[in-house]
Amino acid sequence: MTGISAIPPALPLFLGALLLPLLGQNMRAILSLGLPLLVLVIIWQVPEGASLRLTFLEYELVPVASDRLSRLFGTVFAIMAFAGSLFALNQARIVELVAALANAGSAIGIVFAGDLLTLVVFWELLALSSTLVVWSAITDRSRHAGMRYLVVHLLGGVMLMIGVIGHVSDTGSLLFTAMAPDSPAHWLILGGFLINAGAPPLSAWLPDAYPEASPSGMVFLSAFTTKAAVYVLLRGFPGADVLVFIGLYMVFYGIIYALLENDMRRILAYSIVNQVGFMVCGIGIGTEMSMNGSAAHAFTHIIYKALLLMSAGSVLYMTGKRKCTDLGGLFQSMPLTTVCGIVGALSISSFPLTSGFISKSMISQAAADQHLAIIWFLLTAASAGVFLHAGIKFPWFVFFQKDSGLRPPDPPLNMRLAMILFAFLCIALGIWPHLLYAILPYPVEYVPYTRIHVVEMLQLLLFSGLAFFIMLPYLKRTLTITLDWDWFYRRLGPRAINRVTQVLSRWHAHRRIDFLRHVGTLFGTLFLYHGPRGILARTWATGSMVLWVVILLGIYLVAYYY
Amino acid sequence: MLISDLPVLQVVIPLAAAPVCLLLRNPRHAWACALIASWLVLAIALMLVQRVHAVGTLSYAIGAWVAPWGIEYRIDMAGALMVLVVAIIGALVMPFARRSIEHEILEKCTGLFYTCYLLCLCGLLGMVVTGDAFNLFVFLEISSLSSYVLISLGSRRRALTAAYQYLIMGTIGATFILIGVGLLYMMTGTLNMVDLSQRLPEVANTRTIMAAFAFVTVGVSIKLALFPLHQWLPNAYTDAPSVVSAFIAATATKVGVYVLLRFFFTVFGMQFSFDAMHVGEILMLLAVAGILIASLVAVFQDNVKRMLAYSSVAQIGYIILGISMASAAGVSAGMIHLFNHAMIKGALFLAIGCIFLRLGSAELRDMHGLARHMPWTMAAFVAGGLSLIGIPLTSGFISKWYLASAALSGGYWPLVVLILASSLIGLIYMWRVVEVAYFHVPGTMMHKVREAPAVMLIPTWLLIGINLYVGMDASLITDITRQGAEILIGEALQ
Repeated sequence: MTGISAIPPALPLFLGALLLPLLGQNMRAILSLGLPLLVLVIIWQVPEGASLRLTFLEYELVPVASDRLSRLFGTVFAIMAFAGSLFALNQARIVELVAALANAGSAIGIVFAGDLLTLVVFWELLALSSTLVVWSAITDRSRHAGMRYLVVHLLGGVMLMIGVIGHVSDTGSLLFTAMAPDSPAHWLILGGFLINAGAPPLSAWLPDAYPEASPSGMVFLSAFTTKAAVYVLLRGFPGADVLVFIGLYMVFYGIIYALLENDMRRILAYSIVNQVGFMVCGIGIGTEMSMNGSAAHAFTHIIYKALLLMSAGSVLYMTGKRKCTDLGGLFQSMPLTTVCGIVGALSISSFPLTSGFISKSMISQAAADQHLAIIWFLLTAASAGVFLHAGIKFPWFVFFQKDSGLRPPDPPLNMRLAMILFAFLCIALGIWPHLLYAILPYPVEYVPYTRIHVVEMLQLLLFSGLAFFIMLPYLKRTLTITLDWDWFYRRLGPRAINRVTQVLSRWHAHRRIDFLRHVGTLFGTLFLYHGPRGILARTWATGSMVLWVVILLGIYLVAYYY
Repeated sequence: MLISDLPVLQVVIPLAAAPVCLLLRNPRHAWACALIASWLVLAIALMLVQRVHAVGTLSYAIGAWVAPWGIEYRIDMAGALMVLVVAIIGALVMPFARRSIEHEILEKCTGLFYTCYLLCLCGLLGMVVTGDAFNLFVFLEISSLSSYVLISLGSRRRALTAAYQYLIMGTIGATFILIGVGLLYMMTGTLNMVDLSQRLPEVANTRTIMAAFAFVTVGVSIKLALFPLHQWLPNAYTDAPSVVSAFIAATATKVGVYVLLRFFFTVFGMQFSFDAMHVGEILMLLAVAGILIASLVAVFQDNVKRMLAYSSVAQIGYIILGISMASAAGVSAGMIHLFNHAMIKGALFLAIGCIFLRLGSAELRDMHGLARHMPWTMAAFVAGGLSLIGIPLTSGFISKWYLASAALSGGYWPLVVLILASSLIGLIYMWRVVEVAYFHVPGTMMHKVREAPAVMLIPTWLLIGINLYVGMDASLITDITRQGAEILIGEALQ
């Protein structure tokens, strides 16, 4: 087994992604299921510390470095790639499988990157491959959403890159070590990381893009990008205070928008922001306990969120409907999907004996241990909110409430198997928490199943459950579209320009058309000067070229004369 | 004996081969002659680089007339790098040229084409190796006159206008350089660059020298197409035959940059150029404007060759930006980008040459679904595009990295943002081509289109290979540019 430990863990997935289009149906299935398992084996064979060193320019690169934290994330990413492929086998397009494997490979590359440059490379690959996953739904909406997704993430990539260059010129080293937000370069790196985590003010990329992916595509997407960001924050900025507030904002942002939302997969997308908020908050608290909690929560979250999305994906795949108002009563014909959806819903609400219970309570406990009373209260209140939007709302409106008359059967075998696997994992981790605790980055003394924890959690859940059904008339989903920060760049921008032109043109009423033509939009202005017929792009008369020569020479001469 | 004659052989071989090409009536024979000459030049360039690396700066007295009386050829590390750039591009476009030229140029002009190509090669190499300011002007004229002819051979009649405008602008540029050199000669009585640099400080504070500096700067700026004096370039690159676009885009403007370096650092000296004349600030301003404006213009172009031409103006901006920082790191970053951009643009224009051969057009609207019919060509184009944008593992990334680091160490934070943000604009204009070629449904005419012949694909991919190699292991090129920059700056400090 010494040979296998020398393979960079991300490599097989990328090679597989390249090979996939050349293979037949059966080989494709074997490859996309076998490779994640192979990677899982490699992850546990790679020795601790740096195992591959390169030099780039005058810097040392460590493309493969392993420790407990990277192994933890690597493990869950590999498991996720396996289950995601299993779920996707019967329905995903080839390009989606290719992109998904590359996506998993980039995420695994990130968690084993020992230096910032390798990190940046995989970071960009992650952005490109997840855009490709969104696009492979091949609809107009997914094309536009993917483009917006790409723009936001390239922006994040540029911020990260500028930060990394600044970091190198400050410290002279490219190694990825813990930093603090204390210099412009580090702020930029933090900003780049946070954009991928779905932090404000650009959180909107996540619920905007993910639900436009195919049913299986969103299962993949939910796992990698945000959790890779959680990993780099854990490694790069442990204990940065600002993360506590950002995390809390994300927690409540997710709850509020999810409660207002009607599209079942958008509900779950908002809930990703909410759950990542818990993790970011834990990183900000910065104690061993809270860091363990964030890492553990990322692990369990990937599994139960994928499970929830598989069950929502199955519903979408079988019915073609995505809005809560169109669905309901599906438990009668989709019993397995219903049960798995409920297991996922209970896990996300941290119901005792599910995986969510053993991880999220660590973060709250860490806040309590640090005597951060307000944060503890907010996190606890948020737990109730999670139960409302994801724990009850999703299964209730999709599988129960009124009967929509739809009677689709459970989805095909591979999709059922994937759901059963993850439902099993959710419960297994809830029953045997030490399995997960043993691989966390720091030693764990926390005992989840004390009487007080269990009673407290059950009280919280039962009362918020009660509240849900009492308030049900108010929560009835109507056909709504919720506005978010992205309204600023998708609506306000164009609208503001319109408004300004109107106001201005009222002053020059007689020149309105003239005015609109000239100012119109930013694009119009750019096009005016830079477009094929713009002054900057069209062919000049030779005389005007020479004029510029004279002007420039004149400037030089006059400047030097004085 | 032969080893010590390398600097002059470099120039003499293409010069001697040029008339032979004209005399050989058969296009095949002319092509073979040019091919052999350009490959010999590459072999000599490689030997030169190795020799400069081993023994340091080479000096060669023409006709054994010792400098400063005779003409001196002088090659240091920066010069060796330039010779290498020109020779690599020259050697790689020649195998490509035969099919492309058969398709784009009338048969009776073919001999003329190869003659002019060799003259242009000779002129460009001469500008690099010469250590004599007037000799520089002579080689500049040789390369310019031959490139006017090369551009005018383009298949569309618009090529004539483009060549004419380039002729006017190029002549003004050359005249300005000549005026500048004349003024310098008037004040110092010497034309040898090293000699000039020693005599100039005594008379540096005269208006004559300042005027000379202004004339040389503006003159060279025209030749290297610095914004806003770039107006001749887009038409010239668009309407020239594909081979000529690739050759000139990759070499001519780069040699212009090298001449600028020579004048600023070797002749006038860094202290005079940057501290007294403040040319750094002016160049930085023009470079920034050029990067932004030309990149934006490129986004809106519908002809891919024209788009690449504007992108060239922006990329020249990056090179000048590095130089304008007037630090060893900045100059070295500029030279790295100079090398990388020559390879990138060479590859991209060759890829467009392949497309032109099969489509007869470089318009975006004719390229719908092209990737299915010319997968290798389009893959090369995408690889070159990625490098142009500066994706890690490509040479473009190395350039951006060094430029950004140099900007940071000089304390220019906004420039770092500009360098990286403008690469996003590059992404937009490359993406437009990718979208059309990969995602659009092929038109009805498309089914006749086949992949380009191997003899054209191999040179294209060799250049892409250099890009990727530099992206993965840049030590060789950064070593050379660091030495080159140190010599340039060191000369200035003495």
